[in-house]
Amino acid sequence: MGLTMTEKILARAAGRESTSPGDILVCTVDRAVVLDMQFSSTAVPWRQPLKMAHPDRLAVILDHGAPAPSTRDADGHHMAREFCDRFGIEDFFDIGNHGICHQVIAERGLARPGELLLCSDPHTCAGGAFNTAARGVGGLEMIQIICTGTTWFVVAPSIRVELTGTLSEACEGKDVFLALAGRHGSAGNRNLEFAGSGVSTLSLHDRRTIATQCAEVNAEFSIFAADPVINNYLAERGVTETTPVEADPDATYDEIWPLELDSFEPQVATPGRILGNVSPVSEQRSVELDQCFIGSCANGHLEDFEIAANILDGRTTAPGTRLIVTPSSQQVYLDAVRAGYVATIMEAGGVVTSSTCGACFGYHMGVLGDGEVCLTASTRNFKGRIGSPSSEVYMASARTVAASAVAGRIIDSRELD
Amino acid sequence: MVVEGRVWKFGDDISTDLLYPQTAYSLPLDEAAKLVFSANRPGWSEAVEPGDIVVGGVNFGMGSSRPAVALLRELGVAANLAESFTNLYFRNCVNYALPPLGLPGILGLVSEGDRISVDFENGTVANITTGGSLVGEPLPPELLAIIRSGGVLSSLEEAGFLPPIETGATT
Repeated sequence: MGLTMTEKILARAAGRESTSPGDILVCTVDRAVVLDMQFSSTAVPWRQPLKMAHPDRLAVILDHGAPAPSTRDADGHHMAREFCDRFGIEDFFDIGNHGICHQVIAERGLARPGELLLCSDPHTCAGGAFNTAARGVGGLEMIQIICTGTTWFVVAPSIRVELTGTLSEACEGKDVFLALAGRHGSAGNRNLEFAGSGVSTLSLHDRRTIATQCAEVNAEFSIFAADPVINNYLAERGVTETTPVEADPDATYDEIWPLELDSFEPQVATPGRILGNVSPVSEQRSVELDQCFIGSCANGHLEDFEIAANILDGRTTAPGTRLIVTPSSQQVYLDAVRAGYVATIMEAGGVVTSSTCGACFGYHMGVLGDGEVCLTASTRNFKGRIGSPSSEVYMASARTVAASAVAGRIIDSRELD
Repeated sequence: MVVEGRVWKFGDDISTDLLYPQTAYSLPLDEAAKLVFSANRPGWSEAVEPGDIVVGGVNFGMGSSRPAVALLRELGVAANLAESFTNLYFRNCVNYALPPLGLPGILGLVSEGDRISVDFENGTVANITTGGSLVGEPLPPELLAIIRSGGVLSSLEEAGFLPPIETGATT
């Protein structure tokens, strides 16, 4: 019987020829990524291991509270440095070299085709854009992976997402994800495997946004096939020896989810959750905004800066509406400065912050107060996500957010004159 | 493994932001636990008692890898049932040794305050208050073994990966 992409990776990581849904596998992890919150957690205090299985497979990235917004975070960073020194971790991304882990993973070529990558952040499925079986684990599970290099999986059934056509005007990867969530709902802890002629028309930036956001529809893994776009991106980073996987022609899929890329207009998720909460931007046009945010692993990419700068060029943000833009890594920040995007955003009245997860999880640099309304191009719109439980978070693409910052209310970017 | 306790009932899409709000990030475990469900059910953390069982709807635990389960454990919650769990939260339950059971139909079987008995090996729930019952999928024995051993940390301590936590210092 044929295997899906995810099944092939998990079977190989477990040292098996084959596997099928329901199997419980103990897998050897190819790449594990540890974050600052692992060290700074007060609820689950860090305990330095006495020994570990594969220091060479570990990366440590400071991102959630970087640079440190509190002494507790600073102490956590210190513990991270000690840990890396103690075990000789070479892939350590300290302040100055930092970024949101999923961006750093991408730009350093740490997510590789056919490999298993785990990290203690739920949006680790971002790595699926690189044909990597990548997902988030808990902090406690990460301690186990640091120590033993292994963890368990119950192999999940897979859904094949069949993309066709090309994106409509003014739509981004974010809109693809929102349309997918709106039409098909929850993946129900199954794998999402993206396929079809539409994939090759999507930029890597868009694929990364889509793969990242699959956490919000409860995907076990989300994964794309490797193609020249992926291979070239990795080759530029010195990664040439890879072991990509393709789904067998007779692989078993639970469902096929078709999505025509030209069948929807820009989308927005209304506050509270994504599932069952997506509508076209045109249906939310009267919502007035206190804050607009562009950032996170899903939308702090250089391409998001480019999109925002193109919209904001020669325009200003509306009085009473603030715009906060957070690059997803130091490298993205530097590239955006060099390209002039940062100046354009600042001239329009926007604030460009240091690279961090920051406001996306309501931690720092753009937290919402009571009753405030935000339109965000980040990862989540849950109650209390960006600050006060009484604040409201709408979610859309960087294009829609930048245009809405100019209007002071939610608009379709095509409405700007 | 059988757990008997009193039911606290919640709805669909309970997120880890509700279980573990970001305002709890800077607090030690016992203080952080007081903020569980503070946004959607203020006062709950004072009303819940050790041995109680949390029952939710679909997508329970949607969201993040933040250690929300550690807070429920700190409050003494003995088991977590739901119509369905998100997989990351489910993994955390196993690793923190809070026995989870996803059981379609559970919200129809129980009301808040009912006493129920949950058999994780057989995947069954009996409502002691009403006499009703429900049969679902058992928890796989491999995962039950992790829970029985007290979760991930105790296994790692036993295998010599982690130093044991110092307790009962006498000075």
